[in-house]
Amino acid sequence: MIASTEASMRRVESIMGTTVSIDVRPPYVGPEVLDAVVAQLRDIDARFSTYRADSEVSRLGCGELRAEDASLDVRHVLAACDHLATVTGGAFDARGHRPNGQLDPSGYVKGWAVEEAAWLIDGAGGRNYWINAGGDIVARGHAEPGRPWRVGIRHPDRADKMASVLAVTDRAVATSGDYERGAHIADARVGRAASGLRSVTVVGPGLAFTDAYATAVFAMGRDGLGWLASNPETAADYAAYSITDDGRAIWTEGMEHYLVREG
Amino acid sequence: MPKRGLAALAITTVALILLLSFKTPDEIPGSTTGTVAVVEPVTGTTIVPGVTAAPTATAAPTASGAPKATATPAPTAASGGTTKVDGPVVETRYGPVQVELVVSGGKIKDVVALQLPSGRRSGQISNYSAPILHDEAVQAQSANIDLVSGATYTSDGYAQSLQAAIDQAGIG
Repeated sequence: MIASTEASMRRVESIMGTTVSIDVRPPYVGPEVLDAVVAQLRDIDARFSTYRADSEVSRLGCGELRAEDASLDVRHVLAACDHLATVTGGAFDARGHRPNGQLDPSGYVKGWAVEEAAWLIDGAGGRNYWINAGGDIVARGHAEPGRPWRVGIRHPDRADKMASVLAVTDRAVATSGDYERGAHIADARVGRAASGLRSVTVVGPGLAFTDAYATAVFAMGRDGLGWLASNPETAADYAAYSITDDGRAIWTEGMEHYLVREG
Repeated sequence: MPKRGLAALAITTVALILLLSFKTPDEIPGSTTGTVAVVEPVTGTTIVPGVTAAPTATAAPTASGAPKATATPAPTAASGGTTKVDGPVVETRYGPVQVELVVSGGKIKDVVALQLPSGRRSGQISNYSAPILHDEAVQAQSANIDLVSGATYTSDGYAQSLQAAIDQAGIG
């Protein structure tokens, strides 16, 4: 079941309401680097939490803090969310997630936080590693020389099985679906629950946008894959794989590059 | 109208078409709003003879999707000092596009879409080419993997996940 038993450096932490796993293969980095990764993820979680009344995002939401007075990070996140809302025609919307329209950039923040934290490992000389934050992944380099990372796409009805396997190197992989936290992703454009798809997995260059596009495509439903494959912002760099509610898998042409056929 | 002015107009026409062809992807297939803002009267644009207007950065085509002009513009005489200039037919990734400029007193008074990609209503140029999608029944696999991507689990959900088993084996 597990591809490699080669010695690796591992870390598992409960952060951001989920579990974050890290696996570093040679060249290794010092344990303090992974400490810094975990600390940075916790810090971002605190500053962007919608559950903490004193977080920057909460203070922005209630008008206590003006957008122009917010930190650079917060302003970056808000700008990125606005850009993604435009590109996706509103299918990804940091302001429309909640019934009350409250500001909630958490659909962007997690992927962005992991993408940023990964730079700490790069900066320390790490070349081959992955970070998996609750199913959303940054995978750099290789599992071992010449072998890309093998990423299983969870079967929606079988927690212990995969529907497919992807071989990736230097890519982000993110999945949105209805089977873990209920049908919580609404299509922000029409305010109804997304339908037609059980899950959407997107492969792309950086986790922040890859994660947001997985959310958007899932919200769009079956049209979403065609949208991702033909939109000028996404067509060249992003690929999507989806499991439909009638038990089929559909994927864009670009995903052919990653799908492992022999199983 | 001086010849150089016409040349500048032709370039303006091409620039407009480039703008048209790169404006459309903002829209989502199936959305009902699809009017292209550019197919509106453009007023106040002075044509200065000798100035070689170049398409702006926003209208610049990418290498892969560079629209190609296939005809040169030909002016059509019209009454009342107004000149109509038909732009070239430009092949965009959405199909052929041609616009006509209505010029009066050296200024563009109107832009009319003469030809739009087939199947589109006038003034509406939005359709993604149908991408190739692969489709097959989902199989449950037990393949060799390093990690698992799935819908975000809670910390509780993690305990039951395949990723947890992988982590346990890796750390244990």
